[in-house]
Amino acid sequence: MGSLTDIYIPSASTFASDIDGLIVLVAWLVGVWGVLAEVLLIGLVIAYRKREGVRAQYITGEEKHQKAWVAYPHYLVLLCDVLIIVAAVRVWYNVKQELPKADSTVRVIGQQWAWSFVDPGADNVLDTADDIATVDEMHVEVGRLYHFNLEARDVMHSFSVPVFRLKQDAVPGRVIVGWFEATKTGTYDIQCAEMCGIGHGLMPGRIIIESAAEHAAWVKKNTPAPVASAGAAASAK
Amino acid sequence: MAEPAQHAHPEHGDAHGHDHAHDHHDPGFVQKYLWSTDHKMIAMQYMFTGMAMALIGGYFAYCFRMNLAYPGMTIPFYGQMNASEYNALVTNHGTIMIFWVAMPVLIAAFGNYLIPLMIGCDDMVFPRINRLSYQIFLLSAIVLVASFFVENGGFAGAWTAYPPLSAKSQYNNTPLGAPMWVIAVALEFIAFLLGGINFVTTAMNSRAPGMKMFDIPIVVWMIVIASILFMASVGPLIAGAVMLCFDQTIHTGFFDPDKGGDPVLWQHLFWFFGHPEVYVVLLPAIGIVADVITVFSRKKLFAYKTVLFTTFATGLLSFFVWAHHQFISGVDPRMANVFTVTTVLISVPIAEMIFVYIATLYGGSITLTTPMLWALSFLFSFIIGGVTGIFLGASGADVYFHDTYFVLAHFHYTFVPIAILAVFCGVTYWYPKMFGRMMNETLGKIHFWGTFIPFNGIFIPLFMLGLAGQHRRIWSYENFPELARPEMYELRHFATVSLVIMLLFQFVFIFNFFWSLVKGKPAGGNPWQANTLEWTTDETPPGHGNWKDLPTCYRGPYEYSVPGREQDYWPQNQPS
Repeated sequence: MGSLTDIYIPSASTFASDIDGLIVLVAWLVGVWGVLAEVLLIGLVIAYRKREGVRAQYITGEEKHQKAWVAYPHYLVLLCDVLIIVAAVRVWYNVKQELPKADSTVRVIGQQWAWSFVDPGADNVLDTADDIATVDEMHVEVGRLYHFNLEARDVMHSFSVPVFRLKQDAVPGRVIVGWFEATKTGTYDIQCAEMCGIGHGLMPGRIIIESAAEHAAWVKKNTPAPVASAGAAASAK
Repeated sequence: MAEPAQHAHPEHGDAHGHDHAHDHHDPGFVQKYLWSTDHKMIAMQYMFTGMAMALIGGYFAYCFRMNLAYPGMTIPFYGQMNASEYNALVTNHGTIMIFWVAMPVLIAAFGNYLIPLMIGCDDMVFPRINRLSYQIFLLSAIVLVASFFVENGGFAGAWTAYPPLSAKSQYNNTPLGAPMWVIAVALEFIAFLLGGINFVTTAMNSRAPGMKMFDIPIVVWMIVIASILFMASVGPLIAGAVMLCFDQTIHTGFFDPDKGGDPVLWQHLFWFFGHPEVYVVLLPAIGIVADVITVFSRKKLFAYKTVLFTTFATGLLSFFVWAHHQFISGVDPRMANVFTVTTVLISVPIAEMIFVYIATLYGGSITLTTPMLWALSFLFSFIIGGVTGIFLGASGADVYFHDTYFVLAHFHYTFVPIAILAVFCGVTYWYPKMFGRMMNETLGKIHFWGTFIPFNGIFIPLFMLGLAGQHRRIWSYENFPELARPEMYELRHFATVSLVIMLLFQFVFIFNFFWSLVKGKPAGGNPWQANTLEWTTDETPPGHGNWKDLPTCYRGPYEYSVPGREQDYWPQNQPS
């Protein structure tokens, strides 16, 4: 079985395949149990339909050998649980807990109802004059490891890039740091995944993953002129 | 006590003496309906209020599903829908279905009706508190419904009401709707605190002589444990609701980061209640199912004590899983590891409980009556709901699934079995006791299949949309190229059409319910040949006080098909 998720949506980050793999693992472990339980349920109902002259058996389920029928399956459930927990924590650790060293740091800001992005620009340092600010359009370079500093101006938002399998809530008053590294060029959706008011369904960001050359060209083209105010020339549109 | 199907005289009309309680005095309307302290009357009021609210919640679902499948269309019986209306409908659909349908019907209606009748006493321990509980509940429902009609409409910030959105009207744009929502929810909690006290006290103190702890029917145990879970978990949220109401109305800053507050604090308070709440509504449902499958498979419940102990374990564990709703909410990522362990482990007691139910069917003599079909469909669906929950409890996978339609489909595969399938199971099973007549079986089965098949038709496509990364609470997917593809719309159409079919089939139930009140076959006292005490009342439906002489209990509730006895059931009140 390949990746369940890939049927519906491409994957474009380094950790997407880890998350997809975890989903497949869970699908196998719980799928086998789920199907087995359903088959047993339906099978027993068919096998023990009322027949004239046949009386139901009297089984208390309190005897040790009877309890074994539910005890052993549930030890196996426990074993599956342990496998799932180990796999889940490993993926979680890589995606959320450990921050690999960044090549660049960008700022992502959610507000009612738009995404703002700040690229560090040519000097690769945030909060300098050559930062490039964009709205609803995030330009990143493929194969480059980004940290993002996630902020919210007003209410909760959630920065979600489905092709990355990445999601992180943005909380007003906090700067939350996360990371990603794109593996595929292309243009994909950014969604807001936390109810943020009337325009929650109208916050469609786009992430534009470029090759190194394309990205350098974009940076060059959009670097604000030294005297101009930082925000004015920002929009890549 | 013949089997209902063998009733020879299809007599109609209302001349049956059993249909009316022999009251010595005829109470007036106010006494009978507004101030009655009879647990059965209060149960009926909770049930009908809950069902009326279910119609509103179902209508809301119809409206926003139509909008999702056919964006921009003028929806029949609604009209055009804008984004703020969409958000308000989604928010209140969730709020209503959990707080004003699942809670009142499963806990309050069944709890009130069944506890005194099943443990063999005449009424609740605190009948007036019971009355007060319904009165406050009704008020809460009125406040909620009224909030839809105030300026700018009802609250639209999702049923989880995360601040700052819920706390400030400049963000949510519902200056009246949001506080009314919070007040309605807080009132509803007070009503259920009062009810819960009654359920626990009554079950502990008023049992029939001879009824030991392990002779209590599982459904009563479940409602009692659910009440304890509710009372133990709701305190922090009531405190949170008061703080949120202050933030909204007098502009305190409990959840406002600009004033030193913390918006994530609300999430902890909400989910510390919110997760046990899942089990608060699950347990009564699973209790109803226990009673129904034993009766219609003529089997003793497999490992009664195991069911109870797994319930205790589930209840206890449910207090330590809340932050799985907050994996990606900005809490310390290390915390997710702890909550992943507790969350995934809760599958152990729940799986064992399901195994026990399946084992009960083994060696049975199964009749597929309407209530039994509902009970089996509950088990079938809840297994799907349970296993899909593991994907979300596994922190690494939740990074992707959080707040997608996968989550939505998962919890509807738990809540629909709870609030729809198990409720119909309970109503069709106890209807003969409640109203003295049988419901029509053919119509019952048409209604069952017309509900169960479309239910799967709604939510299986939504699992797929969730896998595709579709997020929740989005008014229109037109602006998201990945989600506006035609194959996505095909899935949405399928779900919406299934919903409409499912809703239409509910008219079969409504018709059957009222038609059977008048034309149903007289039920007799114990049409299902069940063991529990509610089937032993002198009159059906039971009159005020339930029994002339309160029953004595001689054995457990599930002594079916005991070897050596002529009958395959053995009522709890029958001396050996």
